[in-house]
Amino acid sequence: MTDLSGPGRLARWMFVLPAAACLLLFFGYPLVKNVVMSFQQYTTTTFYTGAAPFVGLLNYSRILSSELFSEALANTVLFTAASVLGQFVIGLFLALFFQRRFPLSGILRGLLLLPWLMPLVVTGTTWRRMLDPETGAVNALLRGLHLSASGVPWLTSTSHALVSVIVVSVWVGIPFNTVILHSGLQSLPGHLFEAAKLDGAGPVRSFRHVTWPLLRPVVSVVLVLDVVYTVKVLDIVLVVTGGGPADATETAATRAYELSFQQFEFGRGAVLGNVLIALSLLFALVYLRVDRRARNV
Amino acid sequence: MISPAGRRAWRVSTHLAAILALTSAITGCVDGSGVESAGDEVTSITVLDYYTDTSEHAQWNDMLVTCGKAAGVKVEHTSVPPASLVPRVLRQASSRTLPDLLMLDNADLQQIAQTGALTPLEPYGIDTSGISEGILSAGTYEGEVYGLAPYVSTVALFYNKDMLAEAGVTVPRTWDDLKRAAAALTRSGRYGMAVDASATFESSWQFLPFLWSNGGHERQLDTPQAAQALQLWVDLVSSGSMSKSVLNWTQAEVHDQFAAGRTAMMINGPWRIPALNADKDLNWGVAPVPVPRTGQNLITPLGGEVWTVPQGPSKARQQKAAQVLACLNDSANMLALAEQHFTVPSRTEVAARYAEQNPSSAVFVESVERARSRTEELGVRWPKAATGIYTAIQSALTGEQTPEQALRHAQQIATGD
Repeated sequence: MTDLSGPGRLARWMFVLPAAACLLLFFGYPLVKNVVMSFQQYTTTTFYTGAAPFVGLLNYSRILSSELFSEALANTVLFTAASVLGQFVIGLFLALFFQRRFPLSGILRGLLLLPWLMPLVVTGTTWRRMLDPETGAVNALLRGLHLSASGVPWLTSTSHALVSVIVVSVWVGIPFNTVILHSGLQSLPGHLFEAAKLDGAGPVRSFRHVTWPLLRPVVSVVLVLDVVYTVKVLDIVLVVTGGGPADATETAATRAYELSFQQFEFGRGAVLGNVLIALSLLFALVYLRVDRRARNV
Repeated sequence: MISPAGRRAWRVSTHLAAILALTSAITGCVDGSGVESAGDEVTSITVLDYYTDTSEHAQWNDMLVTCGKAAGVKVEHTSVPPASLVPRVLRQASSRTLPDLLMLDNADLQQIAQTGALTPLEPYGIDTSGISEGILSAGTYEGEVYGLAPYVSTVALFYNKDMLAEAGVTVPRTWDDLKRAAAALTRSGRYGMAVDASATFESSWQFLPFLWSNGGHERQLDTPQAAQALQLWVDLVSSGSMSKSVLNWTQAEVHDQFAAGRTAMMINGPWRIPALNADKDLNWGVAPVPVPRTGQNLITPLGGEVWTVPQGPSKARQQKAAQVLACLNDSANMLALAEQHFTVPSRTEVAARYAEQNPSSAVFVESVERARSRTEELGVRWPKAATGIYTAIQSALTGEQTPEQALRHAQQIATGD
């Protein structure tokens, strides 16, 4: 029986205390600070004098009504949707592929983790070089295969640049999807597949009627985490295109970075930061629901 | 005997006492190392700059140590990457842990001075005689000098002598020359010209000599003069004389293209010269940035870093830092530094002597004479104008907007708040 009063109870709270303090200090405080900051005129001067006059909703009205915001939001949505779709589909295929055991499958699966292990700045720089319209490996390959005579303007055309950063983001995201989906597949009961086989189901039908329904909880979790990770991506975009050309790859995250750390408009940068937090929070709530449902299954 | 409730209270109080002891230990520790009492002799000062390049850092370190010795202090010299200098300074400003001697890019000086984190240099009695108005203004905020630059720099046209000779092209002096030369120098796998047109402040800085020499102004960007300057860059790209990849190239990458022989001419600054000299196969020359028409004056932006003395708890430390700052800016050291970094000494008369001794630097000495600082007119609003300028460059070079449309938009960005 648990004792809910006296020293036992206190001890329990004491165990919670370090974690709670840590969360409050390192997550709670910045979060609250960011929200407060978005209502202030917070500039370089504030850092020295500490004076940040409250300006009400001015920062919000300025940012939310600007065309830059709608553009950045549209890019964020496109970038996130396309990246998540790409990395999930490819990740699922690879996970299914590695479900079968074959020589070297373990090593190959290990190698597949490399994109995940590499620092994003290294990844971004390498891709930037590879996607260079004139000297890059990607266009050299396309030209060599006679798929494109002049090469694709990956980084210099406003209509291609977003595709380029999505390609890089998909590449970076594949290992995560593969690993989680693969472990999800491993935990599925093998006898169901045998039964399906005995009933005459081919690989497609077996996937459609056995694998997919059983994998659903894992899929939902992977998708939600993908969205939360991708919506706030900053480093890939900054390194590959820097938000250009002509703002074609400007997302909410890169705009927030520019406002805060290049133009030192910290109050306005905080507005965009809050928009991103709200978006992530929304998906985090979805995640919690999905997770609870997955547990109850 | 202690009752359960009493025991609980006792436990809570011991825990609280432990926490209190811990926090006071931490704060006590900070207090102990941060401030020294006024009577103490100052034995060392801290210095922060962005000279992270190994040889540059070493050269500056030698100079700082020498000047420190003269002032009787040890120098603790730290360098951080250029992009993280201002964020770091802001952080240090809010925690009151600014270094005793601080270097800033001259374009950032006004913004930092505005916060109140810097001290005016006048009370320290530093000699500013013989420094040209333009250079002094780069370190001035609201009429007071906060920063001094031992040397300054600007941009110029670098060209590959072998390629020009092979194509039978003379060094371009005007915009028309530039277009013709760039076209004549373009081959398969090689472009005639390269600039930095990236979505950063660097491209705004490279665009200024074209804008200013044509009578354009950062205060009013939607003028025909500005549009003509931008049209020149657009023409270079659309004629194929300049790669469209300039949209993504930083100044360092423009340099790489030039060094690799993939471009025959480029706009860049004297800080590239050590690397260019290190490449034995590269036969390069340097000329002033071409002007719109023959006989027109070239006006270039003033580059380089200024040294400042931030606010601090100890007047004695500030005095020492100011002594080191004065030492960096005395005529002999200024000359030595400029020679090391291929830049131009700030004092006019030292610069003249320098140009005599180093003919290859004459182009920069000449360009600097009529150079203007970026913050001279707009002050702390310069970052807004710079954002407008690079946005316009990007929109025009991608073909999203005509130069006129792009610059109208730039003006909105520059004047919006």
